[in-house]
Amino acid sequence: MNTSSVFRTCPTTGLRVHDAAENLIKANAVVAVVFLLIGGLFGLSIALTRWPAVHLLPADWFYLALTAHGFDVLLVWIIFFEMAVLYFASAVLLNCRLAAPRWAWAQFGLMLVGAVMVNVAVLQGNSSVMFTSYPPLQASPWFYLGLILFAVGALIGCAVFFGTLVIAKDEKTYEGSVPLVTFGAITAAIIAVFTLASGAIILIPTWLWSVGIVSNIDPLMYKLVWWGMGHSSQQINVSAHVAVWYAIGAMVLGAKPISEKVSRTAFLLYILFLQLASAHHLLVEPGVSSSWKIFNTSYAMYLAVLGSMIHGLTVPGSIEAAQRAKGFNKGMFEWLRKAPWGNPAFAGMFLSLVMFGFLGGISGVVMGTEQINLIMHNTLYVPGHFHATVVAGTTLAFMAITYLLVPLIFRREVIFPKVAKLQPYVFAIGIAGISLFMMGAGTLGVPRRHWDITFADALTSFQFSPAAFLMLALNGLSAILAALGGAMYIVVVVGSVLFGRRIGDTEKVQLGPATGTQAAAAVASYGSAGTLRIPGTVVLVGVFFVSFVLYYFVNWKYLAELWPLK
Amino acid sequence: MAITPPSERIWWKEPVHKVEIIWVIVAFLWGVAMFFTMIWWHGFGQQNMSNEAYRVQPFQFAEKVDAMVAAHTVRQEGAFPVVKPPPGSDVYMMGRVYMWWPMLELEKGQTYRLHLSSIDLQHGFSLQPLNINIQVHPGYESVMTITPTSSGEFGIVCNEYCGLGHHTMTGRIYVVERT
Repeated sequence: MNTSSVFRTCPTTGLRVHDAAENLIKANAVVAVVFLLIGGLFGLSIALTRWPAVHLLPADWFYLALTAHGFDVLLVWIIFFEMAVLYFASAVLLNCRLAAPRWAWAQFGLMLVGAVMVNVAVLQGNSSVMFTSYPPLQASPWFYLGLILFAVGALIGCAVFFGTLVIAKDEKTYEGSVPLVTFGAITAAIIAVFTLASGAIILIPTWLWSVGIVSNIDPLMYKLVWWGMGHSSQQINVSAHVAVWYAIGAMVLGAKPISEKVSRTAFLLYILFLQLASAHHLLVEPGVSSSWKIFNTSYAMYLAVLGSMIHGLTVPGSIEAAQRAKGFNKGMFEWLRKAPWGNPAFAGMFLSLVMFGFLGGISGVVMGTEQINLIMHNTLYVPGHFHATVVAGTTLAFMAITYLLVPLIFRREVIFPKVAKLQPYVFAIGIAGISLFMMGAGTLGVPRRHWDITFADALTSFQFSPAAFLMLALNGLSAILAALGGAMYIVVVVGSVLFGRRIGDTEKVQLGPATGTQAAAAVASYGSAGTLRIPGTVVLVGVFFVSFVLYYFVNWKYLAELWPLK
Repeated sequence: MAITPPSERIWWKEPVHKVEIIWVIVAFLWGVAMFFTMIWWHGFGQQNMSNEAYRVQPFQFAEKVDAMVAAHTVRQEGAFPVVKPPPGSDVYMMGRVYMWWPMLELEKGQTYRLHLSSIDLQHGFSLQPLNINIQVHPGYESVMTITPTSSGEFGIVCNEYCGLGHHTMTGRIYVVERT
């Protein structure tokens, strides 16, 4: 055992926190936020360019910014934050020392070097190949090498996480099974290993191709394997942010899973089926058969979607149960009305849950339907969908838990509480607008990754409907609002970490309303079969289900209006 | 709580809440329904991606396009020949930086075998305002049977990024009433 480990006992949770784990959580979270800022600014400039009346950037800068935006926020911000989540869910929640802190610093260093390398390559202007870098389009070798280093770093982080689990088990730092949040983090890490392996399998030959050692990369094969990384890595995000939802419910309200068995099975479904999603990107591709497409795009009969739909019931259900146990029992929705909406951790988490389900989830399943993809593939509908999953879902959830990490891990009080209180709402409204208006523009046929839909310089022109232009203008306005929400987050978080009041070693932090975590003991008795009532959640889930079914069939109707095609 | 180990050690034997069981069943059945809807549409729907595709060298595809252009061009429009192949025949559309080549003139209600490929990078064939979107790869020739059911002028834009002139990549298909 590593005797040099230094622990402190957290006065709020009673957990023993290893200083190496704490430092690594801090370092990864800080870098994550820095790249959120950079990537967010690129994103704003893109939205303002798409807005035809503003048309901010010239074409080459637009494509450069688009490449950098995808990489910096989709990969760097999220994976760095996920490293912090992995260390938190292993070392901190399991009361354990972190395995091999030096390797964990190697993770941090490699990922940072990789991230900077890719950014420099992109900013030099010869790697504007988009985040997906589809061959035969070729970037500079540094672009691919940076990605590889970043992926290797992340892989080391996963290994440290698994090592920590082994140590915790071995040293018996917890009793029984790991907490549900840790279970979710394990799900994320297992998917991450699959993802990063896919990335290595395709990026290493592509890098060799860019330096002239390999002569040809088949574009279809590249897409199939690349999306084994590209899409599956979004499933790391889903697992991680669902774990974060459960964590925030527990920390703020003392919520407890309605049933451990059901929630864990839902995570298990992710591990078993989410990786088939590469097919979502190959639905209108030549050379791939329909039966392959149908099986894979539906995750073998939508079994991974089933996982998310289960969490969609159990997360709000556990919150309702916790609130009712505290006496908010009046009518259908008192528990929801009297939830701590002024607490940015809770507000962000609940908005993330609702928007991920209604906007991201439904649009994803519809777009991933084999035939319906024909009317959506590569239109702005696609970024509309994934801004709802990755930004409204993952980013908002990660922002929400930051409001708990700042007092617990950075041990600083959150400054500007009024700004913090409003932040999740401003960001959520902005992102909802971005998603909806991009989906709207996509439905009208507007292509994604396109600098000029007026086709001013084209040999032959095409006129999009005025509604499409309106959508892009509204998208620009929403992006400004989202950027404002993002700026509020960064000001509050960076300000708190640098200038917030230090929280003493024995001082307890108030995470939720009044009783907070202590109330958990009261709620903690199993509320299983028959004893617990969650009628409000049943109504919410019912509304979700009806919206889902209606929207699904409306799109079949749209499809049926096309020219016959076979 | 979700951040602490389960309070019951043998959590997998806990009874499951009725609401959860019902929702799992409903969600599962909905998944099955969506799965079979896709299969059903292959039998009864009119809009399905074709499973016909061939490997092709870019120059071979270009030769086939040239042969069609030479045989069936009816007029010139700027840089583009407008080609009107006979109904029922094989028609070709080639993606290249930065144009969809050539322009086609089809007859409403007639069926054509449309061949799509690229001679350089990946492109996105996006027929507007219908919003039919098909990915086009260099080295792969996909063939689909298509029946225009509305007449007029249709724009083709590129919706797969293909370099700095990507936004200037366009083309056109005319659909005319049967003569």
